[in-house]
Amino acid sequence: MKAVEMHNIVKIYPNGVVANRGVDFEVEEGEIHALVGENGAGKTTLMKILFGIEYPTSGEIRVFGKKVHITNPHVAISLGIGMVHQHFMLVPSLTVAENMILGMEPTKFTSIDYQRAVKMVEEAAEKYGLPVPAKEKVLDLPVGIKQRVEILKALIRGAKILILDEPTAVLTPQETGELFQALRNLAKSGMTIIFISHKLKEVKEISDRLTILRNGKNVGTFVTSEISEEEISRRMVGREVELVIERTESKPRDVVLRVENLEYTREDGVKVLNRISFSVRSGEILGVAGVEGNGQRELVEILTGLRFGAMGKVILNGENITNQPSHILRRKEMAHIPEDRVELGVALKATIAENLISDRYYKDPFCGRMVMKPQKIREFAEQAIKNFNIRADGPDSPVMMLSGGNIQKVLVAREFTSDAKLLIADQPTRGIDVGSTEFVRKKLIEAKDEGVAVLLVSADLQEILQLSDRIIVMYRGEIVGYFPKNEGLTEEELGYYMLGVRRHEESRIKEALIS
Amino acid sequence: MNLKRKLLLLETFRTLVTIVIALLIGYIILFFSTDEPLNAFKWFLVGPVSKTRRFVEFLNQTTPLIFTGLAVSIVFQAEIFNIGAEGQMFMGAVGATFAALHFPSVPFLHPILVMIFAMFVGGLWASVPAVMKAKWRASELVSSLMMNYIAFFLGLYIVNYYMRDLRAGYLVSYKYPKTAWLPKLIHIRYNLHIGIAIALGFAILTWFFLYRTKYGYEIRMTGFNRGFAIFSGIKVENVEMYSQIISGMIAGLAGSIEMMGLYRRFVWQVSPGYGFDGIIVALLARNNPLGVIPAALLVGYMRTGAYIMGRLSGVAPEIVKMLQSMIILLITAEAFLGFMRRKIIEKEAMRMESGGA
Repeated sequence: MKAVEMHNIVKIYPNGVVANRGVDFEVEEGEIHALVGENGAGKTTLMKILFGIEYPTSGEIRVFGKKVHITNPHVAISLGIGMVHQHFMLVPSLTVAENMILGMEPTKFTSIDYQRAVKMVEEAAEKYGLPVPAKEKVLDLPVGIKQRVEILKALIRGAKILILDEPTAVLTPQETGELFQALRNLAKSGMTIIFISHKLKEVKEISDRLTILRNGKNVGTFVTSEISEEEISRRMVGREVELVIERTESKPRDVVLRVENLEYTREDGVKVLNRISFSVRSGEILGVAGVEGNGQRELVEILTGLRFGAMGKVILNGENITNQPSHILRRKEMAHIPEDRVELGVALKATIAENLISDRYYKDPFCGRMVMKPQKIREFAEQAIKNFNIRADGPDSPVMMLSGGNIQKVLVAREFTSDAKLLIADQPTRGIDVGSTEFVRKKLIEAKDEGVAVLLVSADLQEILQLSDRIIVMYRGEIVGYFPKNEGLTEEELGYYMLGVRRHEESRIKEALIS
Repeated sequence: MNLKRKLLLLETFRTLVTIVIALLIGYIILFFSTDEPLNAFKWFLVGPVSKTRRFVEFLNQTTPLIFTGLAVSIVFQAEIFNIGAEGQMFMGAVGATFAALHFPSVPFLHPILVMIFAMFVGGLWASVPAVMKAKWRASELVSSLMMNYIAFFLGLYIVNYYMRDLRAGYLVSYKYPKTAWLPKLIHIRYNLHIGIAIALGFAILTWFFLYRTKYGYEIRMTGFNRGFAIFSGIKVENVEMYSQIISGMIAGLAGSIEMMGLYRRFVWQVSPGYGFDGIIVALLARNNPLGVIPAALLVGYMRTGAYIMGRLSGVAPEIVKMLQSMIILLITAEAFLGFMRRKIIEKEAMRMESGGA
């Protein structure tokens, strides 16, 4: 029997982005079905439609053979569909049990029967083979366990179809192994699992069948064992791509950025950065690896003047810039590709041209003493659109109308043309298509070759290994690993440090700070 | 036709539809409140163009609305909800009265000095919520609203105790010296003063300021996405400060022009409501300074039509306030006729598809 049948699904977002262009998608009951495709191929949108978060522009959906209209997630849950999102939907300050029963609390008289909740959770954990610490606060749990809580949360609500949106993106290789074991057991007990991913190795390992999306269309469904990784990859991209980026030899020169003993305690009292020391030299890329949420975000925000109150010293080109605001740093030749491109990186309602000059709008040649020069701005924008291969109607289109990859290119175009000495790139290729990823990575190498000091923060280990000259690994706000070269280094090896299993000697970590 | 133009056309259409709907509802209300609804409605609709005098009245009604519409547009573009234009305009008028009565009576120079002083007072008044927000994170919505009350009672106090003309039979200030009168725009019997020309000039100036200067760029980017502005190195606290002060200056100027052009003395005993109607104008104009002109004309027309209807048919002009409010309710309901917007965008997306983009 087919658990899910989606026919001719079209989804156009209100901002004009076409995410699905008539997708057909079918999943058999009890199988692990991988949904693969590049970022921006429409995988997540398709699953959001199945889970009722988005409503399709047109198309038909059947669940266990019955035609359904999934107008919101409540409908989806009542149909036995559960979804585990890329970003966890848990209340950090509540315990595992409290999170689990949210909205379906067992009560005793008028209050929540906490004992029973814990028992419910423990029973479910037993039944599905997903052990979780029911009484602990979610806040204190490692990412892998949080994810398990999310899965269990869906199961406890009666899910028979489980959607996992890139579940391994935040996991270390070791945690991924545990997750896969759990998924296999679930599938054996009759659960249908839809697994979104663009990591082919994992797809090959875990799935029974797979469906490939490209550019919002289904380009084939296969039995996993009958198709090779190369073939999947070719169909995903629509051409042969070898994401090997020619890394040129680096010739590091003077130290541009020096971070000494940086410490930071967040508003909620958690010490998120502890004795962080490193330096970045002109003409090199320093990679910062680590599972998300281990202090990287705070580190970047402090370095770029968006977060204040840090202890220690940050020195840029010999000048102490600790806790200086962004408008001062922007004038000190620092460029920044932020993690959150829509929140910080662009103004969606502004035009491409306006977005491209946001850090230099007041300067020659774009502005006289007060009056701006629209012609000059336009020329620059047209040039940037061409050089950075931005697909748009022209400089006057609002950024809102662009796809994720093209929005990122607008941002990248601005930051790469700012003549900065230091570039801080935070997850520069997250969520964008392979073509754009390749482009951005090449630009990072180019910048390095031109003598820019690049600090690359990324959760994508492939990216870190591909681009970095030196690598530091962050775990719980500390640097726990330092690799002065990356030759022979593997993702697994980095994984042990990211998990906090292994740790370098204090003296070796200190070497990250080159004088 | 590109997408931007299509959406603009749709917005215009949407606005017109809401106006028609509001008028229909207005007619129904009239139907229940007067024996001659058709007659009353006729005066409301055509009153302002039925006689030269009434047409002049309509233009003079529009003038302050352009100014306050511009003032509100500037702060709204920065996503600052300073709704203190009413008080700023009131204080501008009080300041203008002081300046008109006490500054040297030099022809030509006198009205200019009065305007500058009124702008100063309006800006000063607007800076209070601005500073309170910057220093103590006081919501500008609340503080600017409160400043309106303070302006009203303090302004009346100042006029009644220091500038009141006791020979006039009612509460007004001394008459301004002739040098502080605004000249007429054209030589007709009725007082069509140059205020409307100044207002139109300011609309263009404000447009230029917002779309062609670096300060305007800062204001718009801060309004689009504050986080992005900070990230880009724009000092948003400064932007939020000066956008409010400039807005206050324009509102203050409106007060001085009303007094010098129309009444030639301070006459307000109730707050005139132009500041609040300015919010309506800005909303109708989608905060675009050039859009403020037709929006102010519309609101001015309705205001004038209402007064004429009141004079000639005995229907309370307050009915029009209800109409205005209904229009705004419909316009702010973004999803109203939203399906048309969605259709246009879906079509455009499909076009881009086939265009191979």
